[in-house]
Amino acid sequence: MMFDFSGTFARWPELAWGATTTIWLAILSMMLGLLLGSLGAAARLSRHGALRLVPTVYVETIRNTPLLVQIYIIYFGLPAAGIRFTPPVAAVLALGIYTGAYATEILRSGIQSIPKGQLEAARALGLSRWRTLRNVEAGQALAAVYPALMSQFVLVMLATSLVSAISVTDLTASANNIQGLTFRSFEAYLVVAAIYLVLTFVLRSLLSGLERVVCPFKFVGR
Amino acid sequence: MFQTFSFGHVVFLAHAALWTAALAGIALGGGAVGGMMIAVLRVSRTRALQWIAIAFVTIVQGTPLLVQLFLAYFGAAFAGLDVPPLAAAALAFTLYASAFFGDIWRGAIEGVPTGQWEAAGALGLGRMATLRLVVVPQAIRPAIPPTVGFIVQLVKNTALASIIGFRELTRAGQIVSNVTFQPLAVFLTVAAFYFAICYPISLASRRLEARMGRGHVEPSLI
Repeated sequence: MMFDFSGTFARWPELAWGATTTIWLAILSMMLGLLLGSLGAAARLSRHGALRLVPTVYVETIRNTPLLVQIYIIYFGLPAAGIRFTPPVAAVLALGIYTGAYATEILRSGIQSIPKGQLEAARALGLSRWRTLRNVEAGQALAAVYPALMSQFVLVMLATSLVSAISVTDLTASANNIQGLTFRSFEAYLVVAAIYLVLTFVLRSLLSGLERVVCPFKFVGR
Repeated sequence: MFQTFSFGHVVFLAHAALWTAALAGIALGGGAVGGMMIAVLRVSRTRALQWIAIAFVTIVQGTPLLVQLFLAYFGAAFAGLDVPPLAAAALAFTLYASAFFGDIWRGAIEGVPTGQWEAAGALGLGRMATLRLVVVPQAIRPAIPPTVGFIVQLVKNTALASIIGFRELTRAGQIVSNVTFQPLAVFLTVAAFYFAICYPISLASRRLEARMGRGHVEPSLI
């Protein structure tokens, strides 16, 4: 039982490439997730009952089934129906749709956290529904849910590891590859786990720094 | 030989779903014990013990579950043990659940007002006795909804055990998909099985949440 990291460290370009792919996947999935989440939250708060049903079904279906099975449905299942994606596209779609369901709930709770009096005040001032949403609600809602979105971003980054199952060459896939070549499986995954830990730490730090830019009024007088 | 996706396959999937439930059950039991230990370490007054708990939770929450599974699987081989996938999966999921339960329960314990600790101390109760007799009984109520919510995550995440070759629901789905060449129908059925297990738990979590309220301690309980 002796550790031997030399084979894993020798393949650092592969690890660096894998980490870059992981970061890109996380960013693109989060962007798609936020887009779907905004649409979902808006529909969920709409005045039309039928329109509210769509995001409810979306959120419940996605949140109560495993991401891995969702990835398989999109990558292996949909081609049977004539819809084909390359592995990276399928990965971003699956992760984005998955994130969107959680983002829908997070953003909805943010909008609902705004006191009713503000909406009444906005209406009394003659603001339209859209202007109220954009100038009164959006900023406050974002500030309220920023920590939750931040955690979600980290979770998405960690969840990207699943795309190695559909042959996307992310960080986990690079470990799979390296252990197949060096036969030092434990070491390869230890190194990759450490890299994920660093990525998590860096992402958290960057996002909490960004909070000051996105919602500066939260820090006034602090 | 091709087979057509039929009732026999659904029965096969249903059997595999029992293994999914079994793995989730093991993780739940092991995680309950581990989580309690983590929560107690986390609120102890010894710095070193606190740090052990913090490090454990940070590492588990900062690395992908898939990588943790690989580490458990190949780590056993590294230690010279030939363990079946179920044992490796059980270990990884137990540690995973311990970290999350530990964190949830720590939050619940810290939600109990410090005055309770001081009053118990004034009455001559030791720290462990205070925790056991005064604090934990009050922390149980706010801890229940997030705990039940995490069980949904646990059931869904057992799907990852398929990647290290444990034949649970998702692995069974892959097997059926390979013999029928009908991945869409098969994985949608697999998703439906997961939904049937997870949705009732989600509903229960939400109902408990509405009834008990997050972090809210009712004085009548004391």
